[in-house]
Formats: sequence, structure tokens, C-alpha cells
Amino acid sequence: MSVLDFEAVIGLEVHCQLSTRSKIFCSCPASPPAGVSVSSLQPNQNVCEVCCGHPGALPVMNAEAVRLAVRAGLAVGSRIRQASVFARKNYFYPDLPKGYQISQYDSAICEGGVVEIEVDGARKQARLRRIHLEEDAGKSVHEFGVTLVNLNRAGVPLIEIVGEPDLRTPEEAGDYLRELHAIVTTLGITDGNMQEGNFRCDANVSIRRKGSSPFGTRVEIKNVNSFRFVEKAIAFEIQRQVAVLSAGKVVVQETRLYDPQKDQTFSMRTKEEAEDYRYFPDPDLLPIVVPENWIEEERRAIPELPAQKRDRYRKDYLLPAQDTRLLTSSREWMQFFESVMASFVSTLPVDAFAKAAANLISGELSRLSHEAGLALESARVTPIHVARLVELLLGNQLSSTAAKKVLQLAWSSGDSVDVIVAREGLIQQNDAGALEPLVSAVLSENPQAVEELCSGKEKVLGFLVGLVMKKSKGRANPALIQDLIRKAVAATTQLES
Amino acid sequence: MSEATGPSSISDFHESLRSRSTTVEQVVSSYLERMALSRSLCAYLSEFAGQSLERARELDECLSREGLDRLLERSPLFGVPVAIKDNIHVRGERTTCASRFLENYRAPFDATCVARLRDSGAVFLGKTNLDEFAMGGSGENSAFGPTAHPLQKERVPGGSSSGSAVAVAADLALAALGSDTGGSIRLPASFCGIAGLKPTYGRVSRFGLVAFGSSLDQVGPMARNVSDLAGIYRAIEGHDPRDATSARIAPSGSGPSLSSEGRPLRIGVPAEFFVEGLDPEVKSTIDRVLERLRASGATLVPLSLPNLVHSIPVYYVIATAEASSNLSRYDGVRFGVRSEAAMQAESLEAFYEEARALFGREVKRRILLGSFVLSAGYHDAYYRKACQVRRLIAEEFTRAFEQVDVIAGPVAPGTAFRRGALERSPLQMYLNDLYTIPANLAGLPALSVPIGADSTGLPIGLQLIGRPFDENGLLQAGLDVEALR
Repeated sequence: MSVLDFEAVIGLEVHCQLSTRSKIFCSCPASPPAGVSVSSLQPNQNVCEVCCGHPGALPVMNAEAVRLAVRAGLAVGSRIRQASVFARKNYFYPDLPKGYQISQYDSAICEGGVVEIEVDGARKQARLRRIHLEEDAGKSVHEFGVTLVNLNRAGVPLIEIVGEPDLRTPEEAGDYLRELHAIVTTLGITDGNMQEGNFRCDANVSIRRKGSSPFGTRVEIKNVNSFRFVEKAIAFEIQRQVAVLSAGKVVVQETRLYDPQKDQTFSMRTKEEAEDYRYFPDPDLLPIVVPENWIEEERRAIPELPAQKRDRYRKDYLLPAQDTRLLTSSREWMQFFESVMASFVSTLPVDAFAKAAANLISGELSRLSHEAGLALESARVTPIHVARLVELLLGNQLSSTAAKKVLQLAWSSGDSVDVIVAREGLIQQNDAGALEPLVSAVLSENPQAVEELCSGKEKVLGFLVGLVMKKSKGRANPALIQDLIRKAVAATTQLES
Repeated sequence: MSEATGPSSISDFHESLRSRSTTVEQVVSSYLERMALSRSLCAYLSEFAGQSLERARELDECLSREGLDRLLERSPLFGVPVAIKDNIHVRGERTTCASRFLENYRAPFDATCVARLRDSGAVFLGKTNLDEFAMGGSGENSAFGPTAHPLQKERVPGGSSSGSAVAVAADLALAALGSDTGGSIRLPASFCGIAGLKPTYGRVSRFGLVAFGSSLDQVGPMARNVSDLAGIYRAIEGHDPRDATSARIAPSGSGPSLSSEGRPLRIGVPAEFFVEGLDPEVKSTIDRVLERLRASGATLVPLSLPNLVHSIPVYYVIATAEASSNLSRYDGVRFGVRSEAAMQAESLEAFYEEARALFGREVKRRILLGSFVLSAGYHDAYYRKACQVRRLIAEEFTRAFEQVDVIAGPVAPGTAFRRGALERSPLQMYLNDLYTIPANLAGLPALSVPIGADSTGLPIGLQLIGRPFDENGLLQAGLDVEALR
């Protein structure tokens, strides 16, 4: 039996931290102040008697968290429950202060819903079971041979988005997760930071023979916090389960963890060791009643969603699918791109402008922002920089190499594009007369390369263009250089024959 | 100079301040002296000697500056010496819940009811003994020793607010706060011959009350008479944004006057309250009082509330379920006593086992029971079913209150029993809560008023149950009963 005989059945449960000012049941800040990273907070700095679970303390619902959950539900077409109930999920762990987590059990605030993904060019609807509100637990830190507990996170509001087992491949699961991430970040209800664990997922994976309808035994992979890891963890798990079944054994219902270093999942606990959470309605909290006007207000607060944006970019800017997906994958990129497009001048073709802008954003700019660990919103490079660069690029006044250099300089200084271009003398050299001496110098310095080019090795062309670019300090127009090299080489060949 | 006995009521106390025949400091220090002499009763777990005297002196200064009547306008409990049950937070003081586990725990904040008493001018004398985590009906389940009945020391004072009841009855406080989950205010009030009120669920904030059964718990006053009860009640009632279950309903305020004249009262008398098992002396005393009320103009309406027989099982499922979860936070990780054995634990499981070994037997019993009724496979048969029956009981009361203003009955099947008498029979102990539990299940206000004593001199109380949020009507009825004496 091989992988091909089986079909995987995958359902994801996504935990997403809501960006409310205060925690879900007390007035402690839910996250550090803007510009301060979570790691620079003192341990147990944002805590009070409520989120530490002191005796006598009581939870009080944060209405903002309810609104954000409602907004999430409306965006994916959930039915909003007029009244839903908080329940206690009882288990012992040192970073769970009350010995129970306040969550929702049989009555979630949002029921149903759909996330649309693309599979082989066709649209596929992945159904949601529900979205519920809950509080996060704290964090256990194991170091110096002891376990320390940090409760800054305890009581931070989360939504758990529970998907139906509608996904069939690791790639579908990855696409679903990316789309969900794009939706919740576009909605502005979370920062979606996956490194901090503010958007993380559990994957339920089972396999069955192709064509058979009953589900196989389900394995849960806990706490995966990157798109790539989710795909890899599921791919590994499918292989593992196929191997188990092929060997005539049975898949054990269990919870597993994914180790990215080994690219393997390993068992955390089996069903027998699973906790009995003893859910019951939390008597300290009244049912969440969502007023009709909140639903209307939250509906109005929903911006253009990633799927709609992709359609529009495709239609209005003729951008290829790959670019539209990239640009809509996060709110900051999308906003940045749209601001660039807002300064579009009509003398240029809009599709070329959009494509060039998309390339700069998803290329050099994302590299810079990633390297610096800085969000685009707080970077010195603004959409105005990018718009001006695109103008110069499309007007043949700047090479793309020079454009990258300008971006790098603007990233550190914040100076305007024109100032940098003038200071660095980067305006593109389009004058063939001025470039010819550089070309002939390069050709005479590299006779072997010229020979290879003559014998049809086209690859060498790029190498020679690069050398001329270097001599021109990046100013030369590469297309022009290419022409000049070809002409020069052709002339030589003619002479020789 | 201190007095041999304290004032008989809040108004008596204020009268003596007005006539300048005493000072707040003198009165407080005389309470402190009696407290020191009565430690064998084990009524108090901590005494605020220094703090209360300092506060008393501050109040005496206010008194000399402003005069009593102006002060009473904004501080109706000016100078009133009050005891607080040790499961209610007083900022900076210990809250032990009579448990080894919280022996060293200091409250980081005031309970809302305590803050309101403070604002009303009360002076706190100390924290009173109780059954551990308010679990028990006798006052014997304290890790720091059983509370003794003030009249006959070999008898129990009733619980769980045993210390608060004894403090008021033995002249060790003018009034006290208790908490009532299944009768914990009314039962000891009845056994000790004082008045006690469990307000409507949601009427008094639970913020700062250490939770036992969150859907049943209410803080309430205990005092020597119904007027004092009303005075304390008015200070602590009212919506609190920090307790989501606190009712957004206007406080009863001064409401209708608490004078004893009024409309003819319709008193419901449920047949289920007067059945086998009720002590004949208790029954006859109650009958006599009801008859006298009838003679003075009240109407007695016979009632049948057949679902009341399910009260005890329903209560012990719901209260223990909630308790098992509420007490999960006592894990030795963040506060409380972390025993040496827990520190030595080799695994997390062993750590929990040791850390949670500090609970007493009754607490452990209830945590186990509660965990069981919530566990997979039993949840529907026990917890869910109990919640359904609870609703039926509440509906039965709603229908009854279409015909009557209050419902009358015993507080307990008998008077104070001997210490240790029910030690080996938890079930018998639970049956003692038969009459008090229904009001908690239905969230109704209920009052215990002293109406006499049995042949050995042990007090007997009458229970009155009122309509939701009709504390005024209930207190009025209590005054009517008191006026018969």
C-alpha cells in the first residue's frame, strides 16, 4: 500500500489572540505598549488578583473582546448567537492560575462559517464549525533546573476558530491557514504575530482509504506556529499513519507534538491519558448577550476582505495570482500596497505600475523588514518612496539594481528617493556612447567568457552584464548593456570569419 | 473605663455616643477585652486590636468636630464594631477560610461589602471562625479548632458562619458579616439566638468573598435584632461592577419604613416544612408564633411545594460541582502554604498531591463528590439533572409567591446539637440543611429570627423566605415577628 491509496482528512483549530487593550476578564493590559516587544516585559508585570486567580477575585467580561469575535464571525459568514455561555474547562497546570480555563463549550458565540481557498485553480469552501471566546493561560519557563511561571499572557483574550475536517492535503491546510491569517489581520482584530504565538494552530489528521467514507482514527498535532511547519507536520503525520496502517497496525488516538528540527511528530499523550475537563457553565459570568446594534456596527467595521481584494487586483491591475496572494497575505503589506497605488499617476500604465510596486514590496522591502524585525507600518520607508521608485523604474531612469540600493538607503535614513538618487548619482545611464568604452573594457578583460558566448553559451551574458553594471556603479541600463555586448560580439565574429 | 457588656443595638450605641456617656474607643476596647477573655469559644481567628482602636480614636475625633447626627447622614454605621467572617477579604489582613492551606494568606484587596461597611463608618474587630471554606453546618470543621456554642460549650453553634454568630451572641461584636451558600448564616443565627439575613442572590457583591458555590453564595448580615440587620444590609447591598452576577437593580434604599405597622401579611406555610424529623419543641414554638401572627391580622396560607424534597441532593450536586472547580486554584503555585513535602515532590503530580493534602476531610469529600458529578459519563445524570430540578424548585417558589408575601418555616430540624454527634454521619449533617437550602437554590432572600428556646434553653429560630429582591418586605415581616416577643 502506498500514500496514493489513502486520503488524508484534516481539520484545523486556530487560536488567535485578540488585540484588545485589556485582558478578557480584568483591566490588565493585554499586550505590551506599542513598540515594546513581549520579551522585554518583566515577567508577571501585567497581572492582578483576577488573572492570578486569587481567592475572592471575580472575572468581568471585556465587551471589546466580544465585538472582535463577532466581527470575525461576520467576516466568515458565521451565525452570531444572540446569547452564548462561558464554561469552565477544568485541568491542573502550574501556568493555569485558577485550575480552570474560562472558555466556551456547547454554546459558542459564532456558529458555522466558511473560508474559501483555491485548489488547482478552483475555489474550495472549507467549512467552520464555530468560533468561540476564551482566555489564554500563562507561560511555564523551564530553566536553571526549576519551572517558573509567567502570567503576563494569562487572561489575554483568544478566539478559537474550529474548522470542519474538510481539508485533504498539507497544502490545502497551509492555504487555509494563510487565508484565515489574512482575514483576521485584515479585520484588525489581531496582530497575527506567529512567533509570539498570537496565531497558532492544532491540526487534527486522520487517513482513510480512497473512496471509503468513514473517518480514520484522529491524531491531534498541538501548537504549531508557522505555515510551513503546519504543512510539514501534517505531511509527516500522513506518511507515518500510512506506514502504520500498511504494516497492519492501527493508528492510536493521541496528541502529538511537531519537532521542526527533526521534522517529525512525537507522542505527547494517548487517549487514555487525556484529561476529563469536567466542563460546566461558569457561574461567575452571565451569558454573553450580543446586542443587535453591535452586529450592525461590526458588520460595518469589516473592511474589504483579502478574497475581494485579490479579485480587484486581478481585474483592475492584471496582477498574477501569485502576487495577489502575497500582497493580501498580511494587513501591513496590503495597506502598504494600496497606499502606493493611491499615488499612481495616470500617465503610466496601471498594470505595469502595480506589478513593479508589487515586486518591490514582496522583494527587497519585505527582505529589509524581515531582517530588521520591524513592521512596515513603523519603517522609515513609506509608500511615497516606493511610488517614486516605480515611476523612475518605469521611466527607465533607474535600474532595478539601483532601485534596491535606494530602498536600502531610504530604509536606514528615511531620505526621499530623489535626494538619494542625486546624492549617489544613481540616475540610469541610457547613453550608449558613454557605456561603449565600459563594454569594450569588460570584453577585452574576459576573452574566455567572450569565447563561450560566441559558442552559444548564453548564460555568460548575464555574467558580463553584471561586470559592466559594476563598472558603471550600478547606473547603466542593463537592457542597453546587453544590446551593446551582443553588437560588439557579433562584430568580432564577423571580423574573424 | 470599659463596660462589662456592649450596647444592645446600633441605635442604643448611637444614643450613648450622642449623650456622650461613652466614646467609640471605650466601646471598641471593651469589645476587645471581652474577645480576649472569650478565646475559649474560638469565635475569632484574628483580632484587629491595634487597628480597631486606632480607627476608633480617629472616629472619636470626627465626632468631636462634627457631631453625631451629621456624621450619621453619610456614615449610618458610624463607630459600629463589626466582625467579619474569615472568608471575606479585609485588605492587608489574613483570610484563612479556616484552612491550613491559607494560614499565611493576606488579602490583597477589600471585599466590596467590607469596603462599603468601612465607608459607612464601621469598625472591624477581627475575622471570625468558620467551617473550612464555609463547608459545614456545625462550626466543627475549622482547621483552627471548633467554635463553641456560647450557652452550652459542648454544643455546636451551627455553621458555617459559626464565629460570626457566636461573636454577636456572646457580646463579642455588635454585628457581623457571614456568608450563606446553603444556610451558613441562618443556621448558626438560629442555633445562637440572633438574627441573620441571606439576601437575594445578586443583591450583595461577591467580590472579595472566597467562592464556595458561586451560584449559591451570598454575603449577609448577622445581628442581635432585625433593625440592626437592616442597617448592616443597607450598607452592603447594591450593584458592583466587579461582580458580573451582582444585580443591576436599584438598591432597596431606605424603602418602606421599617415600622411594625403595615398591611395584613400573607404568610405561606408549606406542608413539606412540617414533616417527620422536625423536633416537636421547634414545631410547637413555630406554630405558636404563626398563630399569634394570625391573631394580629396576618393570613396563613397552606402551601404545597412538592419539589422541596429534592433540595438536598440537588444542592449537594451543584454546590460540590462548583466547589471542586473553585478550589482548584489552591495548588501551592502562587500563594498559600507550600508544604515541605510539596517542595520535595519529584513530579508535578506528586507536587499537587502534597500541596492539596492540606485540605480537611470535609473539603476533600466535597471536592471528590463535585469532581465525580461533573466527570464524563456522569455529568448528565447528576450535574445536568440537578440543574433541571433546581429550575423546577425555583418555579415552584415563583408560583407560591403569587399567593403569599413570605413563606415561613423552621431553620433547622432541631436546636444546637452536641459536638461530635454527627461527625460520623456526613449524610445526617447534610440533612440538617433541609430547610435552608431551598432559598439558595432559588436565589431567594431568607431570614432567621429568634422566636424562643427549647426546654434546655437552646434558642429556636423562625425562617422567613421572601420574594426576589423584596428584602424590605422580608425585614418588615421579621420586625412583625420580633414585635411578638
